[in-house]
Amino acid sequence: MTTTTLAVLVPLLPFLGAVAGLLFGHRVPGLVRPLAVLPTLTALLLAVLVAVRQGGGRAVDAATELTPTGSVPVELALHIDGFAALVAVLVGVVASCVQIYSTGYLREDPRYPSYAALVSLFTSAMLLVVYSGDLMVLLVGWEIMGICSYFLVGHYWETPEARAASLKAFLVTKLGDVPFLIGLFALAADTGSFRVTTILARVADGGLDHPTLIALLLLAGVAGKSAQFPLHTWLPDAMAGPTPVSALIHAATMVAAGVYFVARLLPVFATSGAALVVLAVMAAVTMAGSALAALAQDDIKRVLAYSTIGQLGYMTGALAVGDRGAAVFHLLSHGAFKALLFLAAGVIIHVAGTNSLAAMSRMKGLRDRVPDAYWTMTVALLALAAIPPFSGFFSKEAVLGAAEHAATGHAVAPTAAGWIVLVAGLLAALLTAAYATRLWLLAFHGRGTEAPDHGRQPVAMTAVLWVLAIPSLAFGLSVGVLPDWFDGGSLTPTLTTSVLGTGLALIGALVTYGAWRHTTALAARVPMGAVAASPGGDGGAVEAEAIATHRPAYGDVASAPDPADPGRLLLGPVHRHAAAGFRLDAVYTALFVRPVQAAARLVRFLDREVVDTYVRGAGTAPRWLGAAVRRAQTGNVQTYLSALLAGTVVLAVAAVLVATAGA
Amino acid sequence: MSPAAATAATAAATAESHGFLSPTGVEIAFLLVGLVTLGAAVITVTTRQLVHAALWLVVALGGLAVEYLLLTAEFIAWVQVLIYVGSVVVLLLFGLMLTKAPIGRSPDADSRNRPVALAVALLAAAALVWVVVDAFRTTVIDLDGAAQGSTDVTGSILFRHWVLPFEALSVLLLAALIGAIVLSRKKAAEDTTASPATDPHEDAPTPEGDR
Amino acid sequence: MHLHLAYPAVLAALLFCVGVYGVLARRNAILVLMSVELMLNAVNLNLVAFDVWLRDSLHAGQALTLFTIAIAAAEIGIGLAIVLAVYRNRGSSAVDELRDTAESAAEEPDPAQEPRQAKPSQKAEATA
Repeated sequence: MTTTTLAVLVPLLPFLGAVAGLLFGHRVPGLVRPLAVLPTLTALLLAVLVAVRQGGGRAVDAATELTPTGSVPVELALHIDGFAALVAVLVGVVASCVQIYSTGYLREDPRYPSYAALVSLFTSAMLLVVYSGDLMVLLVGWEIMGICSYFLVGHYWETPEARAASLKAFLVTKLGDVPFLIGLFALAADTGSFRVTTILARVADGGLDHPTLIALLLLAGVAGKSAQFPLHTWLPDAMAGPTPVSALIHAATMVAAGVYFVARLLPVFATSGAALVVLAVMAAVTMAGSALAALAQDDIKRVLAYSTIGQLGYMTGALAVGDRGAAVFHLLSHGAFKALLFLAAGVIIHVAGTNSLAAMSRMKGLRDRVPDAYWTMTVALLALAAIPPFSGFFSKEAVLGAAEHAATGHAVAPTAAGWIVLVAGLLAALLTAAYATRLWLLAFHGRGTEAPDHGRQPVAMTAVLWVLAIPSLAFGLSVGVLPDWFDGGSLTPTLTTSVLGTGLALIGALVTYGAWRHTTALAARVPMGAVAASPGGDGGAVEAEAIATHRPAYGDVASAPDPADPGRLLLGPVHRHAAAGFRLDAVYTALFVRPVQAAARLVRFLDREVVDTYVRGAGTAPRWLGAAVRRAQTGNVQTYLSALLAGTVVLAVAAVLVATAGA
Repeated sequence: MSPAAATAATAAATAESHGFLSPTGVEIAFLLVGLVTLGAAVITVTTRQLVHAALWLVVALGGLAVEYLLLTAEFIAWVQVLIYVGSVVVLLLFGLMLTKAPIGRSPDADSRNRPVALAVALLAAAALVWVVVDAFRTTVIDLDGAAQGSTDVTGSILFRHWVLPFEALSVLLLAALIGAIVLSRKKAAEDTTASPATDPHEDAPTPEGDR
Repeated sequence: MHLHLAYPAVLAALLFCVGVYGVLARRNAILVLMSVELMLNAVNLNLVAFDVWLRDSLHAGQALTLFTIAIAAAEIGIGLAIVLAVYRNRGSSAVDELRDTAESAAEEPDPAQEPRQAKPSQKAEATA
């Protein structure tokens, strides 16, 4: 088989798996698990094969135009360069892990068949985005991911949190998608094509008339999908979905799509310095704000969600300084360790019976219950905090190095963008280490009652953790090889940023440890119960219960009134705002929700009172007319005949008058 | 009936000289008979005594027969007398009797539709008279010459040119005859077996009612 | 000798309108039939008058008049048979009581019509 055929099969197999799963899942329960896992695994193998054949060399390009569509042709096109090949492998790895993990995590869920099919569809859509060489086809995958995220986040639709979160995820990303679509059209109008290769060639010739406008419009969509400030608010709430879904969305598929899109079209963005500065500011605000918010969250998954936002900030930061190699490098390593973090968090939630860090910090021996999750999560958190030699260190240093490069004026990006990213990146490195440490300490070093015993975790779940731990540990070693796959720029850490970044991370970790030592004594005095333990259920059931009980137990879905929280001490007065995500939701409520609701009330009023009046009138008038006519229907033939003859006379007179007038 | 032959040209010339103010004898006769006919017709449709209506109808139809005579249509006139006065009115009288029409004044001879009927009739009359007078004010019928509706003439044209319609008409009459028999035969059988069915005040179902 | 055409024409028009009035205003079906006869005769008069005026070589007007008279005779026979049938079924030959085609009586309660209507329908069932 040619590379093109293989590449076509990569997104097609999960899609067929999803269709088959939806068709036969409920009728043949035995087929559900194979249909979920096997196509994804095969797609992974094929993606690896494609990557090996492509080998970072010349990009594989293939296109076929099914039908003429008007002015700008839409083609089924493949464009597989080194970025696409490697990201597809990451998507395959994470999706396979998530599917295998889900067989254990949701083994008792009655809606597992449709869930698995949707995850397959999600994977397929992401692979389509990755491989597609045509922006319209890319948009198809982009939107399929949007609707799949709606369904998957709302998997526990019995809980109001999940319903609200799924709607929010859908609407907020749509808020970005509308400008994104307009931007795509503007781009096509300027370049005359939706093909990536054609667009890039045209951009290289300087054929772009409105680079800033197009770049900013596209950035809106990217911010929505990749959860960048100010459109990031859907992501923390999306934690109401099952943990494997979070792992999939946050690590490899949906949020990566935005970064990947910018990376693919970076020359377009690079033509506009203003757009790059905007991107840099966006990335900086995202990094710093999300790290602060992560430090204040009580829900373990929300900590990870804000951490995802922050790490995506690093990636957009790298893009803002014009180094897409660093961005995709961080995307790959982050995809691995963040998937690991989420899946391990799912195991912990299952065992602890709660998603609250405050409750976990009052449990003794949680790490002994789940040694697999403990060790792998430690690895992943070290990678997240960018401690050498874990993978996160190399990728983050690549980003910081690129930023320094730009700040000193050695790159195409504006110097201002470089400085913004560099400073924010270093600050975020400090905070990242702090919240990683806090998470680790609170989750695994609690003191108090013995953690509940839920027996051994399914092998499907623990084995996946170790599989994902390998890239978290060792992916950094590929730093020497990767430039061959990318643009060729060096990704090896520079001394200055390495020392600075690692030093700040160590400082953050140590300070947090100190704060924890200081506050942990308080934990014994303030009991925080409300552990939603139901040992019989599978992970999904426990998690759904935990999410549903968090607000009744602690009064808020995001935070808990826990004085023993080191984050509370570290953040001081900022904590209250950080826990609420800096009240951005309130801003959105004032800016969008209230006006829309007011407009809806207006429309409702107009519909009920104005439009319906005409509708009712249209019904009432004929009824009155009918009643009048009915009165004429006496059944008396003489009456009818009188009317008939009277009409005849009138007509005859009229005819005579017309005739004489004409004469 | 002047024996003098008049050409069409002279007829046209004389037509202009004849106004309504100098009527001929025929016109006077026609007018008088016409008034009688119209009066009889009006009484026919307004009288409250049903049998009187039939008798006034005889006057009206007879008057029309005279008008036909004045128009030199002799044969039609006699046919009118024979068929209408002789048979139709008799049939109507039988109908009145069979339906037990009250003798004497019946207060409900007119329906509640009367004002509307009056309005429609007056309107139609006004329109028709206006149109007819407007069109034929100066037109005169020349009655000189051989009678145009003598039995001789009528017989010859009827059996020379109108034979086929005439025969078709006989079929129609036959059909009407059979139809009338069929319509009344059922009732004739009922009349002999169940006379209460004709009684408007007895509505209890008879044993034969559910045949 | 001559005759203004307007005389027979006006007479025919007036007779016709008298017939119209009778058809529309009379209750008794036989009186309605009489009025119909008046209308037919008005038409006959017109036919004859115009035939004489035009001196039609085929005498179509007179021939048609004869046909009309024959048809009128047939019509009166059939019409009387129908009237008799109705009278036998309903006990009345009043035209304005034959209201079976009216909207249902419940829609428009008419105390004057109600009992009269109920009885003939029972009759119709009894004799059907």
